[in-house]
Amino acid sequence: MTTLPVNNKARRRQLGLMLTGLFVAMVAIFLISMTQGIYPLSLHEVFQILGSLLGFSTEYTHNGWVAFMNVRLPRLTACIFVGAALSVSGAAYQGIFHNPMVSPDLLGASSGAAFGACVSILLSASILVQQISAFICGIAAVVLTLAISSIVSRRENNTTTLVLTGMVVSSLFSAGVSITKLLADTDSQLGEITFWLMGSMASIKLSALPILMIPVIISLIPLLLLSYRLNLLSFGDEEAQTLGVNVKAVRLVMIGCATLATSASVAGCGMVGWIGLVIPHLMRFLVGPDYKYLLPASAMGGAIFLMLVDNITRIFFAVEVSIGILTALIGAPFFLILLVKGRESWL
Amino acid sequence: MRFAAEGLCCGYGNAPVLTGLDFAAESGAVLCILGPNGVGKTTLFKTLMGLLPAMGGDVTVDGASILRWPARKKAQLMGFVPQSHIPPFPYTVQQVVVMGRTAHLGIMSAPTERDYALADQTLEALGIDHLGDKIYTRISGGERQMVLIARALVQEPKILLMDEPAANLDFANQAMVLKTVQSLAAQGIIVVMTTHTPDHVFLCGTQVLLLTREREMLSGPPEEIMTPENMRRAYGIDVCITTAEANGRLVRGCVPLME
Repeated sequence: MTTLPVNNKARRRQLGLMLTGLFVAMVAIFLISMTQGIYPLSLHEVFQILGSLLGFSTEYTHNGWVAFMNVRLPRLTACIFVGAALSVSGAAYQGIFHNPMVSPDLLGASSGAAFGACVSILLSASILVQQISAFICGIAAVVLTLAISSIVSRRENNTTTLVLTGMVVSSLFSAGVSITKLLADTDSQLGEITFWLMGSMASIKLSALPILMIPVIISLIPLLLLSYRLNLLSFGDEEAQTLGVNVKAVRLVMIGCATLATSASVAGCGMVGWIGLVIPHLMRFLVGPDYKYLLPASAMGGAIFLMLVDNITRIFFAVEVSIGILTALIGAPFFLILLVKGRESWL
Repeated sequence: MRFAAEGLCCGYGNAPVLTGLDFAAESGAVLCILGPNGVGKTTLFKTLMGLLPAMGGDVTVDGASILRWPARKKAQLMGFVPQSHIPPFPYTVQQVVVMGRTAHLGIMSAPTERDYALADQTLEALGIDHLGDKIYTRISGGERQMVLIARALVQEPKILLMDEPAANLDFANQAMVLKTVQSLAAQGIIVVMTTHTPDHVFLCGTQVLLLTREREMLSGPPEEIMTPENMRRAYGIDVCITTAEANGRLVRGCVPLME
């Protein structure tokens, strides 16, 4: 990727610049995405509306305001938060479990959250209840995974046991999801459940945004603050401890935060796959493995990726294509290309 | 500084592996721990590092118990050189070495330019500054061992624990690592290392702790402890202790008798 020596000051300054670049790109893509969709908005109009939100008196059309506030803003905000949450928790899990192939649904968070949401759809509960229930089941699945694996592996921290237990708990909750599908009313609920499971940014309402944003913000802050410690954890728990890391506490905080972020985004937008795996790898290719740079880069990279994919669903497809399908369709081959071409520089 | 174990008892769960272990090492000492496989060397190391709770007895520095010290405080006193393994991500050597500074950083901070400079100086002092830019996962085993020593040294430890630092290395690299051990001891660091090679004890040990198959613990200067009789008690084989003079100094070796 870069030809500069990897180690010197200049390289680290360059990494700082790269993070700034990613941030600028994220803002630019956010603004441009605002203009794209069935109801066209000009960039000028977007600025007008943003200006009025900040308290300036500006002029804009009523239709523009409606498209902006009711459709674009919630949708793109959801893209930013879900993208950041999933790719940061993916990167964090990879460090915590010293394995680059781990993804954010490892401990059962995704399928637990999916089960919770499906049950509430089945009971025709409100969107708010749906999110809360998804969220609670996501956390419950992880607590279950951690509890079972700590019983199985006694006092030792055994990553393999944890991953296996996570798979078992995931498949239990997936079975639960299938049961809700069987029980669902085929005319209304089954479609809703199926569509939501595939992942979509379309259904999120402005009023439901806080329940997505608040847990994501709460969980990303500690992850970003403790990011450097992930480097040490990736060498193994015992080695990290001999280097002065309070492994138990740091692991607990990190697993908790990554799970919170994952459940919140599944609760909000369904199962959006691949981001937690693809984006951290792409970012390692860009900024290297040091988590101090990797985590913020992943947050912004995930946000950018999801906004771009969401644009594709809005611009190129007349019917609403679920974003989960596209992240997989784009993510999987893209990951293969990275694997074949770029392996040398980042693995 | 005096690093000591007093009646230390270590093991997993309720099964003690070693009981009533005593040793003491002063600044500048190289304490070699020698013994057959499965005798409890790794368990002992884990207990000294605080990775495994002690089942009894105490580990002290200048008389004060360090068993309950938090990880960070312990890491400021004690460096650990594990047997090298390959981490999942392609860190550069410099990035790996600077991780040793963590014990001296605030809980939420990352290394500063000063820490990177210290990492560079340490690499230079060990004569491996040419490795700084290399990818840690792609250098040789001997180089990785030296990098791990560098990482432990930027911790600025008073005590250095090394788990078979010369294992899996070719002959020249073994000599290089042992020479490094000697020079660290000369700087006043207490080195505690495990080894499977009796010759290494003669080469750089100032004292030895020989664990026998019957879990006896013999400790003292290498020349007194490493006798054919004691080696038979430890390993169950007959050995011959050879001596030769080179460059005006007496060098010892331990050769197994095959018949």
